[in-house]
Amino acid sequence: MEQFQVHGTAKSRAGGHRRQATTGVNASGNLEVLVERVLPDHECQVEVATAVAGFRTVWEAVIEEFFERTSPGGLRFSINDGGARPDTVTLRLMQSVQLMEDEA
Amino acid sequence: MSNLVQAVEANWYEASARERITGLLDAESFVEVLGPEQRATSPHLAQFDLTGAFDDGIVVGRGRLDGQQVLLAAQEGRFLGGAFGEVHGAKLVGLLRAARDSAGRAGPRAVLLLLDTGGVRLQEANAGELAISEIIHAIVEVRSAGIPVLALVGGRAGAFGGGGIITACCSRIVVSEHARVSVSGPEVIETNKGVEEFDSKDRALVWRVCGARTRYLTGGVDRYVKGSIQDFREAAIALIAHSPPFKLAVLKAEQQRLSDRLQRFGDCRDAPEIWRKAGLPEPEHIAEISDDAFLAIQRIKGADHVAR
Amino acid sequence: MSLDDVLTSLFPTGHQVERGPAGTLHGLAKVDGHGKVTVVGIVGGTPLGVDAAILLAGHVLAAVEAGDRAPIVFLADTSSQNMARRDELLGLNEYLAHLTKSLALAGAHGHRTVSLLFGHAAAGAFIAAALSSQSLVALPGAAPSVMDLPSISRVTKLPLEQLERLAKSTPIFAPGVKPLFAIGAVTQTWEGGQPFASRLADLLR
Repeated sequence: MEQFQVHGTAKSRAGGHRRQATTGVNASGNLEVLVERVLPDHECQVEVATAVAGFRTVWEAVIEEFFERTSPGGLRFSINDGGARPDTVTLRLMQSVQLMEDEA
Repeated sequence: MSNLVQAVEANWYEASARERITGLLDAESFVEVLGPEQRATSPHLAQFDLTGAFDDGIVVGRGRLDGQQVLLAAQEGRFLGGAFGEVHGAKLVGLLRAARDSAGRAGPRAVLLLLDTGGVRLQEANAGELAISEIIHAIVEVRSAGIPVLALVGGRAGAFGGGGIITACCSRIVVSEHARVSVSGPEVIETNKGVEEFDSKDRALVWRVCGARTRYLTGGVDRYVKGSIQDFREAAIALIAHSPPFKLAVLKAEQQRLSDRLQRFGDCRDAPEIWRKAGLPEPEHIAEISDDAFLAIQRIKGADHVAR
Repeated sequence: MSLDDVLTSLFPTGHQVERGPAGTLHGLAKVDGHGKVTVVGIVGGTPLGVDAAILLAGHVLAAVEAGDRAPIVFLADTSSQNMARRDELLGLNEYLAHLTKSLALAGAHGHRTVSLLFGHAAAGAFIAAALSSQSLVALPGAAPSVMDLPSISRVTKLPLEQLERLAKSTPIFAPGVKPLFAIGAVTQTWEGGQPFASRLADLLR
């Protein structure tokens, strides 16, 4: 089991006004993401707890790419990972941002 | 950004615990208590090198069902098999005690338990088991206060072990085809008693012994629905008004019902033997027919009851 | 301790407790200061199945119907729930639930309920026979559990040695009186060599 954080800066604040959202489940090949709007507008952060140790550099690459793509300023993402593939991680992170930005 | 968030899940089996709640209750009426942002997680999983869940695998809160106040708990069957751990169990006990303590005109009309569990979480076996016992006692207290407790079962994990016992302590039970409600899991029976006693890989056998259709026809559960969340919602609304109270007369009726079943079918080893003895049509095919055809079958005598 | 030793120690002036079908026990006894008590039980290491559960529930409900609020003492030297296809087919979950609910009803009707464990009780039998009373007492020979360590090891795929090591530092999963007492499932432990009669009288107060 491994735990670590990845910090980033964002060009812009994530849209919307929702305070928090959750998506996914900590199950085999899947992950749970809790996102909270608790950081300053130009900061973003992902905390990872993963059952599969030894892939930190892959996580960092995936997360940094996600930060670059979506600029989720102000958002802290917390992950409980059940061994998801990188594309599933990206999908869940993107879904969580969409939930936060969704004003509907 | 194109819409990555999936369309609203309509099917109970495929849905997550949160999706079931959203589809079951009146729109936007659910208020979660001890939600994931509170991080009430298990303190015991790390020593087993396991990651947890921010809500420890169970969502609890209050909402409205057809305009009526309800309290609700939904297990996430895909997280550690929906199993009862210390925090998970405590959340459910707390919810039930809140129902008991607020019983009355301003209190909840019912408690809904969306069970999806393999039983006790073995890494927290003692806490899980104690929690199950406390849950049962709390369900009895809620029912004694005049509040029906409904069990809704239709997910991946079923309701096994202590979950099966909890199910049968509820006032009324709704299942869909996927549900299994039992105590020992088939693999455990096979390991302990051999494959002759129970071939756990024989899926058809598993469903004949533990599955929803058998439970429904024998009166072990009260409603069998097709698998949509909407179907569960309609059944729950209908059953709230027809739930037996918890009192001596009801338990005596239960004693009679369960004694009768043993007397009539106590030497049966498979479901079709029961159906044959009960005079049901085409006993060998009951497991395979469509839900519509199944629902047209009249249940065995005594299955339509108001005990439990 | 043997069943007869347990009964003698609990009821030294005598009792009318008899063995019934499916490993069950039933009968009346007297406790100083409390008068009549109803004794039920599952003994001989017999697994708790549908046949025993319905008999025991029937005895408990009869005691409630008598309306005299006499204490109910549940003696347990069982195993796990009966692991049998037949029992599951017939709805074992309902029978175990019914026994548990009956004891809860008894408590609500003013009957003090106590389980005295002097043998094994595991999983579903632990819930229905031991934990369903207001108090659970461990007598000499009590071996309560949810699941034995080798089985936990097999199901979770965790090495047995790791489980044994972890069990030393946390009461949260391992079998036995000690961890279950630590988490509050077992109310009291009674050592051998003391008269149980007076301890039971105190407990029922």
